[in-house]
This record gives sequence, C-alpha cells and structure tokens, in this order.
Amino acid sequence: MALVEIRDVHKSFQRDTQRIDVFNGITLDVEEGSFLALMGPSGSGKSTLLNLIAGLDKPTSGVVKVAGADVSEMSPGELAPWRARHVGFVFQQFNLLPVLTAYQNVELPLLLTRLSKKERDERVRLALGVVGLDDRLDHYPRQLSGGQEQRVSIARAIVADPTVILLDEPTGQLDAKSSQEVLALLRRLNSEFRKTIVIVTHDAHAAERATTVLHLEKGSLIRGSAMPSLRATDAGVAAGMSR
Amino acid sequence: MKYLPLVLANLGRHKLRTILTIASVALALFLFASLQTVVTTIAGAANFGSARRLVATNATGIVFTLPIAYANRLQAVPGVQSVTWANWFGGRYGDGKRFFATFAVDPKTYLDMYPEMVIPEDQKEAFLRERTGALVGKHLMEVFGWKLGQNVTEQGTIFPGDWTFTIRGVYVPTDPAIGEDAIIFHHEYMEERLGRPGQAGWYILKIDKTENAPAIAKTIDDMFKNSSFATKTGTEQAFNASFATMWGNVSLLMGTIGTAVVFAILLVTANAMMMSARERTREVAVLKTIGFRDGTLFGIVMLEAGVIAVTGAIIGLGGAKLLYKSTNFSFGGFLPGFDVTANTLVIGSSITIALMLASGLVPAVRAARLPVVSALRQVA
Repeated sequence: MALVEIRDVHKSFQRDTQRIDVFNGITLDVEEGSFLALMGPSGSGKSTLLNLIAGLDKPTSGVVKVAGADVSEMSPGELAPWRARHVGFVFQQFNLLPVLTAYQNVELPLLLTRLSKKERDERVRLALGVVGLDDRLDHYPRQLSGGQEQRVSIARAIVADPTVILLDEPTGQLDAKSSQEVLALLRRLNSEFRKTIVIVTHDAHAAERATTVLHLEKGSLIRGSAMPSLRATDAGVAAGMSR
Repeated sequence: MKYLPLVLANLGRHKLRTILTIASVALALFLFASLQTVVTTIAGAANFGSARRLVATNATGIVFTLPIAYANRLQAVPGVQSVTWANWFGGRYGDGKRFFATFAVDPKTYLDMYPEMVIPEDQKEAFLRERTGALVGKHLMEVFGWKLGQNVTEQGTIFPGDWTFTIRGVYVPTDPAIGEDAIIFHHEYMEERLGRPGQAGWYILKIDKTENAPAIAKTIDDMFKNSSFATKTGTEQAFNASFATMWGNVSLLMGTIGTAVVFAILLVTANAMMMSARERTREVAVLKTIGFRDGTLFGIVMLEAGVIAVTGAIIGLGGAKLLYKSTNFSFGGFLPGFDVTANTLVIGSSITIALMLASGLVPAVRAARLPVVSALRQVA
C-alpha cells in the first residue's frame, strides 16, 4: 500500500464569479521511502497538491490518504495533531520565527508532543546535527545565511520524525551553493534515513536529486521521463495520471 | 508553561511597544485606583463617627458660630453625658503650600470625647497644662520635621495675626478617618486673643443611648429655636456625611473620569494587541502548518494579553497601594486615611481581567480562525 494515496481528486477555486478548476480527477500514489519531485509551470497546482497532502487544504472531491488516514475527511481539530505527527513542511521562504533561536524554532513541533524537556533537547540537537548546524543553536534567523535558515527549517521539519516531508520550492530563495547543500541534505535524508519526501520545485537541478519526477500541467500529471534531461526512475510512483 | 518562552519571545519582538502598552495599562489602573480611593475616602469620612455622639451647629450654616454659653444648657439636656466644642481656625504655615487643618478646642473635654486620638499620658498632661500648647498629628510632625517643645507660628486667615503654639504632644488616631495632618490647640487661647467673643464653631455631645439621638437632637433644636442662634443637631455621622455630600458631584466626576480613562486605555491596548497579531499572520499560519491547534494559538495570544494586563496591573495597582501607604498621602490633609482599599484592588483586578479579555479576544479568535492556505498564499 502506498504511503500517500490520492484518488480521483478534484479541486476548484471560486474567484469572484469565475470557477477555476485546478485538478480534474488526479490520481497519484507515493510509496514509502520515495523522493518525488513535482514540477510544472506557475499556477499548475503544485503547491495545492502539497497542501492537500499536508491537510492544509481540502479537495473539492476525491480522497487523499496518508499512512492510511483519510486526510480529506478529517476535521480541523483532528488535522492539527495529525499534521504534528505525520507531516514535516518546508517553505520556500524558510518561515522561521524571527524571535526564536534556531534551537527554539526546531523545538516548536516537539512542544506539541508529550516528550520531556530532556528528550526534546536530545531530539533538537540531533536534528540540528543532521543538518550540520549543531554549532548554531543560539543563533537567531537574522544571524544565519539563507542556506542555514533553510537547513534549520528542514531540521524543524524532521525533528518530530514525521511520516512524510513536504517541501515547497525549498531552494527558490537560495544561491547555487546553498541550494546544492540543501539538496544534498534532502538526498541524504531520503537515502540514509529512508524519509519519504515530496518536493515542489521549478529547479531542474533540484528535481535531479529525486527518484521520481512528475510534471503538473493543466491539472494533469505527466511522467518526468518526458523531460530527457531528468532522471525519472519512477521507482516510487505506482501510478500517476489523471483522466 | 512550555509555551511561555514563545509568549515572552513574542512580547519581546517590539520591546518599546510592549513596554509602552504595559505602561499605559499601569497608568490607567494607577489613575483608577487613585480616583476610586478619593471616592472611598470621602465615603469613609462620611461613615466615620460614633452614633453616640451628636453635633450641634448653627442652623444657618456651618460657617456661623454658636455662643459658648450654650455649653451649660446643652449639658443639662436629659441624656447628654458630656459636651465639648471646637472652632475651625484656618491658619497658614510658612508659604502655605502645605495645607493642614487647625482646630481650637476645649482641650480636656475634647480629648475625653475622642478616645480615638491616642496620646502618651505625659504629653497629654503637658498639653492640658499649657494654654499655648498644641497637639499635632504624627504624620504632620514628620512632614515638617517638628519636635516636641518646638514653637510653631501660623498666620491666621480667619483670625488675623501670628499665632504661636508650643508642640506639647503628638497624637496617633486609631481611626484613619480622623487623620494625622492636623493641629489642635486651646480654645481659651483663641478667646483671649480675640477679646473673648464667646463663640464656638460647633458643639459635640456624648449621649447615653444611641436610640435617644433623635429625641435629644429635637430637644436641643427646640430649645434654641426662637433664639438668635438656632441650632441644627444631628449625629456625628450625619454631620460628616453632610461634608461628604458636598463632595458628591466630585465623587461622580472622579468615577466617570476613572471609567473613561480605563476605557481609553483599553482601546490603546486592544489596538496594540491587534497590530501585533496582524503582523504575525504568517507566523500563525506556519505554526498551524506545524500542527498547533486553534485552541493552543488562541491560548498563546490570550496569554500574551494576560502578561501585559497583569504586569500593568501589578505596577499600577500595586504602585498606588505602596505609594499612598508609604507616603501617608492625604491630599494635604483634606482626605485623611487616603489608602487604596482591598475592595478597590479587587475591582482593579476585575478590570485587569476584563482588559485582558477585551484586548486579547479579537486577535486570539482571529489567530485561531486564520485560514492557513490563504495566509500562506498572501506571503508566498
């Protein structure tokens, strides 16, 4: 059984009197331990798909299941603790809380758990160690480079050991060197720690790190192999077509 | 408690704004406590007085006097146990900036009438012996740094000339409504200086039973009804209350100003809280993405409002209580016993809770209800 199951999902938005259809019956499976890159032009629905998987948004119709739980049927009250347990989210703009240190930012998801202070401390140090920032614990976001901020953001996403890590344009704000560092880190999380990763990106180099690449165009999924420059193994994707 | 660092970090985001918001809450509650204390002190003064003491004044008005010759006739009224009298002196000391009350009294009978004024026996004897001797309230002694035996000269404003008294005793009241900011001296001294006009400002009478007060008062007033100096007699409490009613509109004004100030500050605080919450729309969305529940975020914002309100309350209410208590403040003797009451502190605490709810509720509900996707889209 796939870790993420998306079945015949429709999603539309109402803008004034106009109805905008983003997905018209999209279907996708993401296997556990896979590294999926979603590419596509702006407005193709990449981030919307990520939001649906994270339970931040609801499909107009269809089913979104993550680790067997039907996210599309959960109430907001159920979704919050579910997200805390199962989803690690990384944003393009890092979105670290500026008033908290790197340590405190990474500790945030653990505040929602029953872990003791000592256990939280161990986990935070471990996560920051994994992203190579164990010497920046007391630094505030303003004292870090963009790459370092994104690595703290990744540490925050992995600290609670979520079922799936979702990244929305994680290298969009970074220079080439920082991008490479972040992508190498993601690759390591996938290969070494067997974390399931879904990344939305415009960056072809970022997509190269993924084991599977899918393109979203006009509400439909197209296999990454359509782009010859990309290494699209399809290893983690069992199915991914709409209509 | 594990969210407290987050709350404190949020409050420290704009330190100056947080400090100013706390200061505005503190100022509002300080003013509320002060104005409310004016009201309670006036009301307290009205309640002061023994039900077994009657006061007889000139029926025309308190500023008019009564003959000293009335003393014996009053003493003879059935039910009256003892009689004393006093005059408002109206003196001024030094540059007159520090006002205090001065009374000319019949010393022996006056001190017998007011056991609430506690004086060491030797000082009392010294005061009674010396015609120009004076008793001074403990606080007034401290204000001017006076010593026992020192001569103090007041300039008479009602009775012109320099009036020198020798401090022979210091009194401490057991009832704060009496006040510690007054001087009393021998009525005889005043009579002598003024050529013996034989006038008393008002009489105080101790009666046998409380329930006889109306009948005795009526007897007295009937007795002098057709004389040149008709009397108006009532209980001491009623006499004090008549002074309080002169403050009546002031009390209302104070209460109204106090309410208006608190309301104005409430708007300022609520605005600051909402501004702070609005600036953090993205962060709230991020916290929701991480998995923070709506209720948790509601609680965090309310806690921030609570920290501001409670800190302001501790400074404002606590400051007022400590300041007035430690300085023995009495509005220059006009409001003896000026002290923030426990009731005022309870009302102030209730206002603090209301302030917290009113200023925190809107931003807290807004944070709890924030739609994550649209909030993230706004900043993406």
